[in-house]
Formats: sequence, structure tokens, C-alpha cells
Amino acid sequence: MTEAFEPVIIGFTCNWCSYRAADLAGTARVKYAPNVRLIRLMCSGRLDPTFVLKALASGADGVMITGCHPGECHYLEQNYKAMRRYHLLKRMLAQMGVEPGRVKLVWASAAEGVRLAGEITKLVEEVRALGPLNWPTAGVAAALPAKPAALEVPA
Amino acid sequence: MTANGKPKFAMYWAAACGGCEIAVLNIHEKILDVDANFDVVFWPVAMDAKYKDVEAMPDQSITLCLFNGAIRNSENRHIAELLRRKSKILVAFGSCACEGGFPALSNLTTREETLRTAFSTVSTDNPQNLRPQPNYTVPEGELDIPHMYSVVRPLDQAVPVDYYMPGCPPESEQIAAVVELVIKALKGEATLPAAGSVIGAGHSTVCDECTRTRNEKKITGFTRIQDFRPDPALCLLEQGILCNGPATRNGCTARCPMAGVPCVGCYGPTDGARDFGGRLMSAVASVIDSTDPQEIERILDQIPDPVGSFYHTNLAGSLLQASKPTWEEDQHAAHHD
Ligand code: SF4
Ligand code: SF4
Ligand code: FES
Repeated sequence: MTEAFEPVIIGFTCNWCSYRAADLAGTARVKYAPNVRLIRLMCSGRLDPTFVLKALASGADGVMITGCHPGECHYLEQNYKAMRRYHLLKRMLAQMGVEPGRVKLVWASAAEGVRLAGEITKLVEEVRALGPLNWPTAGVAAALPAKPAALEVPA
Repeated sequence: MTANGKPKFAMYWAAACGGCEIAVLNIHEKILDVDANFDVVFWPVAMDAKYKDVEAMPDQSITLCLFNGAIRNSENRHIAELLRRKSKILVAFGSCACEGGFPALSNLTTREETLRTAFSTVSTDNPQNLRPQPNYTVPEGELDIPHMYSVVRPLDQAVPVDYYMPGCPPESEQIAAVVELVIKALKGEATLPAAGSVIGAGHSTVCDECTRTRNEKKITGFTRIQDFRPDPALCLLEQGILCNGPATRNGCTARCPMAGVPCVGCYGPTDGARDFGGRLMSAVASVIDSTDPQEIERILDQIPDPVGSFYHTNLAGSLLQASKPTWEEDQHAAHHD
């Protein structure tokens, strides 16, 4: 490869805090790496670890999970769930051969546009240093249809 | 249809343990219905038949083929392709055919390491460190043995599959019910489900069928059934035993938790869940009773083998399917035969 490697990062944001932080960074014209594709969830507690697995299996080089600071989740305790899922998921990924540094959890309030932009740029550089993930199922994973519903055969 | 007018039935085992075959025989007198309604043309466990007999059959001439076992080597793949061609209804039968089963946990390690464990560890008497050779010349001629792939795959990563019937093995009552359904459908008395469906299973979770008492789950640590005396009536997960029931499709009447052992998830993910382990991680992490990262880490330390626990029978069918080093090795090996 002759072209410089540009990591693809999927960023999951919370509607109430980190999404607004990213928005604020935008309106304030704060510069950050364009490698991140942000996806808005209502809360970090909505983050099913499957989303992260799908991102990595479909070609992302890294994933950023963001949410309200501990104690500030609009749905009370859901960001703690996100945190526990993140810790468990990292162990799972490490065992499968995905470097732990590719997935990161960041808390950011709606006012922290500058900090969030800084964290994004930092993760992009860290993942750039790790190199492309090139997970061998890319394409396959994205294209796989969900299996249709089960047929209950009364036994 | 054959000369006697009966539709043809086949069953095959690829990388399998034999449990699925036993489960079919365990349908007791219903096995006579199979014999009465089908002409059994190929079933290596139960009757003598050669691959060349199958090769000689017209395409699509087998009405129902239950294929159990994963795709581990070139022979498995070859027979999967052959039976796909010859069968009208090809069923991925059992966890290994559906999602790789537990043999797929070897996807976490390299092919060489798997061979080393099988042929060169203390329990094996192999002083010369011999390995199976793909080709070997004997006075009678040249011998070939199948090539072992470095990753285990489910059946649908080798050929298109009509139905999935999960379980390790599928419950005999479910097998009997499915066989009955197919017989009825052949007589025009019932319709088969949409292609690609999961058959012989339910729509909800093992927890739904489990009658253990559930309270609000709050786990402060993980343990195992051999380390203490679990309460016989209380949910195992609440007692800190990693039970995969919350993410697992029902259909087995929650046999394992009802007998006191945690569910390992052999019925696979429920409707709408794409990745078994992802769904399970979501459920288990939610009930860990801590908001402190260090304490969470300490609690998670008590799960010695996360992938082995969260993808016990599902790794090859998961989104990531294998570990990266293994896949890389596979790119060179598997696609060349
Ligand atoms: S977690 Fe296990 S023991 Fe608890 S209700 Fe579900 S299946 Fe039963
Ligand atoms: S309880 Fe779980 S492991 Fe046991 S048979 Fe049912 S699905 Fe399989
Ligand atoms: S509302 Fe922001 S993390 Fe829950």
C-alpha cells in the first residue's frame, strides 16, 4: 500500500451529551480528525455490544463509545451499564485478537465539545499507530441477513 | 421418489461428536415413521453407503437431508456441496451445523496448535511427533486424507441452507415434531415454513421456560456449581453462576438449568439477535452490581474464559467468527482445495 492509512472510526454518541458536544465542536469550528463517523443513540445504555462487533466485522478500525458522565445519565444508571458492557467486551475482543486500544469509552457532557474533539483526534492517532484492523469477515458480516423468525413446532 | 414411491431421506455427520445421530435415534418409535414414510438412502451411522452412491443420484433427488456437524476439513466441505446438490431440503442440524458448535472454539487458536494438542501432548504416545500427512504412498497406490482447515465453519458458510435446527443435540421431541411436519407437508396437509427459518425451536428465551425463581438480579461475583451448593430453586445467574439462558432461544424446556447446570446456549441466539455473545454480554453486564471500574474488573476476573463462556457453541456463526491470526493463516490454506 502506498497511500497513507486513514483509520475508520465508528463513534456512538448519546443524544443528551456527547452528540451535543460533537455538535458544539462543529458550531464552534473546533478542528478534529474527519475519520470518525458518528452514530446517535438516545443513551449509551442503548449500546448493544453487537453494534461494536458489527462495526469491527464490517471494516471499522476502531470504535468510540461515548456517554454522559457517571451520575449524569438522563436515564439514571444506563451509562453504568454501558461501562460494564465495555469492560466485558474488551476482554472478549482481546481474546479474539483485537487490540484493546481499538475500542475506547469516553464520557463527555454537552459542554465539552473541545475535549471530545481532542479525544477523537487522540483515538484516531492511536488507531493509526496500530494499523488497519482488516478483519477477514468485512463485507460478509455487513451483508449477512438476519435469520427469519423461528417456526414453533409444538412438540 | 424411488421405485417404491417414497421420498428419500439422508443424514450426514461432518465435524460432529455423534450426539445428533443419537438424538435422532432417541425419537423412539417415531423412527419407524421415518422408515415408513421415507426411503433412507444415505446415513453413514446407520447403514452402509458410499459417497459414489450419492454421486450417482440425480440432483435434487433426496427430499430431506439432515446435516449435522461443522465444516472442519475438505471432506466435510466436499460432502456438504454434494448433499446440497442432491437434496431438496437441506437442514443445518444441531449447533455445529448451525453455528460451528463448540468445535469452533478452536478458531481462537491456530491449526498447528490444535494439531499439537491432539498429537503431541503428554496424554498422546507419539515420540516421533508424527502428524497426519495429506498424501502417502503405499504399495497399493497413493492415499489422500482430507485437508484440515484452520477455521471451523457452520454449514451455511459452505453452502446455502434451507432450515436451521439448533440444539446440542436438538431435543428428540423437537426432531419428532419436525419429521412429522415434513411428512404432513409431503402429503399436502401442512405447509413448510419460509426458507431460512429456524425450525424445531421457540421464539423466546430459555429463561422463559425455566421455572427457577427470579428476583432482581444483582451479581457481585461469579462462581461455578462445583465450588458451592447452589440453591435448587433460585435462578442460577442470580447466584453468580454464568447461565446463558437470557440470550438463548427456547425449545429445550430449559433442561440444563432445571437440572442444576447452567445453560451454555446450545439453542443459539433468539429471534432478531445477530450475535449470541453480544446479546449475552449485554444481559450479563447489566446485572453486575457495581459502578466502579476497578471493582468491575475484579468481578470480571472471575470469568476465566470469556469467549469460551459467551460463545460456547456459537463462535463460528458470530459476527467476528474467529480470531484474526487464525483467519490470516486460513487465507493461505483453506481456499486452495
Ligand atoms: S438465567 Fe438460567 S437459571 Fe436463571 S432463569 Fe434464566 S435459564 Fe433459569
Ligand atoms: S438449557 Fe441451554 S444448553 Fe441446555 S439444552 Fe437448553 S439451550 Fe442447550
Ligand atoms: S443519557 Fe447520556 S448516557 Fe444515558
